Amino acid sequence: MPAICCNTTVLEHRQVATGIQLMTVAWPSQHPAPKAGQFFMLRCWAANESPVLSRPISVHAYDRTTATVQFLYEVRGEGTKKLAALTEGETLRLVGPTGNGFDLEDAKGKKVALVGGGIGTAPLYQLAVELNQAGTTPDYYAGFRERAYELDKLSSVCGKVQLATDSGLEGVKGLVTQLLNPSDYDLVLCCGPEPMMRAVAKLCAEQGVRCVVSLERKMACGIGACLGCTCHTSTGGRCVCKEGPVFDAQEVFGQ
Amino acid sequence: MSGVDLRVSFLGKELAGPVIGASGTFGFGAEYAGMIDLRKLGGVSSKGITLIPKYGNEGERLLETPSGLMNSIGLQNPGVEHFIQHELPVMERLGTSIWANLGGGSIEDYEKGAELLNDTAVDFVELNISCPNVKQGGIAYGIKAESAKEVVSRVRSVCRKPLVVKLSPQAEDICQMAVACVEAGADALSLVNTFQACAIDLEKRRPVFDNVFAGLSGPAIRPIALRMVYQVCGAVNVPVVGLGGILTGRDALEFIMAGATAVQVGTSNFMDPTACERITDEIADWMQKNGVNSLEEIRGCARV
Repeated sequence: MPAICCNTTVLEHRQVATGIQLMTVAWPSQHPAPKAGQFFMLRCWAANESPVLSRPISVHAYDRTTATVQFLYEVRGEGTKKLAALTEGETLRLVGPTGNGFDLEDAKGKKVALVGGGIGTAPLYQLAVELNQAGTTPDYYAGFRERAYELDKLSSVCGKVQLATDSGLEGVKGLVTQLLNPSDYDLVLCCGPEPMMRAVAKLCAEQGVRCVVSLERKMACGIGACLGCTCHTSTGGRCVCKEGPVFDAQEVFGQ
Repeated sequence: MSGVDLRVSFLGKELAGPVIGASGTFGFGAEYAGMIDLRKLGGVSSKGITLIPKYGNEGERLLETPSGLMNSIGLQNPGVEHFIQHELPVMERLGTSIWANLGGGSIEDYEKGAELLNDTAVDFVELNISCPNVKQGGIAYGIKAESAKEVVSRVRSVCRKPLVVKLSPQAEDICQMAVACVEAGADALSLVNTFQACAIDLEKRRPVFDNVFAGLSGPAIRPIALRMVYQVCGAVNVPVVGLGGILTGRDALEFIMAGATAVQVGTSNFMDPTACERITDEIADWMQKNGVNSLEEIRGCARV
């Protein structure tokens, strides 16, 4: 299903932590349904306005019955600042859904762990929901710098939920890799800062457990046209926006 | 858009409209199929392809600038043979003219690439002698008119497709370059490719791009691109395809009034993925409001 481009309305938008926004937009059921790990290019400013490029943001939740998509995102620069200023009833333009997303077939009948770091936890909620619907209840491991956000709702779709923070203010003080024992699982699905994903991938490789990661890159088009987001893989250069962002960790990190 | 004729006669073919998706910003066309009606376009110019597949450049590849975009992709592509087998069949179903943008390494690579494209469904070969992001297969031939003349004449001798040569704004003298390419056998010219530019990362105290320099495109370069298109339209008697930062129908009409036969739209596809179709519609709107029935009536009308 190719990406579509359309305007949509903000239904709800609030700050859930310092610099972290949760935005709910309308996504009519006749539009292509996004799946976990896919993303949209977001833009709420005119074509001739700064910044030049739209911003790629992953799907935090998609609810077909309420016809909504949620984006959980971090306010980092000019683009996300403009997005954060959107209020209910305002419109923005979405291009998507784009990217390959996580492969649910791959997880069927397996013991699965989800491992997220910071804003990289955003796509893992939708992933947990879809895994549940497919009959798999994953365990969930999350790492944050200061405090966790949007974690409570995970308990309804996950088994064990474990938390680590750099600050020690919540959960265990330290890194999420200290909590995870990959040998308890058949499959580890991971999204977070690249050093964290590399560390998780290494742990998994050492114990012979398959690890799948979702990468983040700067993107101009988000649909595989510009080749600005290419990454090295064991099978050559691949486009993160179109052939990813979800890859086998060994393919991209070469463990 | 009743009553307005947007068709463009170009090198013996009829294009449905004057707007073509520019190489490097439009993939192989299918990426945009869910967002715009590609049949309204004048064509799609493929991602630059080379005889030998290329990974492209390491390090940063993109940087936003005021009204512009710097890129250092480095001609990442699957190679001419892969293009013919896999991407071209998809392009054939788009319902628009197919431009194969051909980059090179050596002159021999350009020749071999052009030969391979001879017996394919490609409508036009757009010879890229202007990519600033690779040492060969690009800018090396795009600066001095004599170098360009050599590569164009060698490709011309083997190429049986209509041959469009894409010029770099880095050319020592854009008119001299244009004349040299036409003398060497170019059927048409397209210009401009990106401007060589630079950015420094203050925190790292190093250039942002591994190649130090990268190509600047987008509305930031438009008036300079238009100046060059104006000059070249006055210097040669072959069709000129204008490009450089076109974002609106009015922008496109400026290039046409300067003498361009058609235009290409590049970076604007990233600012608005419907740009090519929207610009086509805006051109038609303007024509209708101003009682212009065909582009021929206004092509070159602003030349003084």
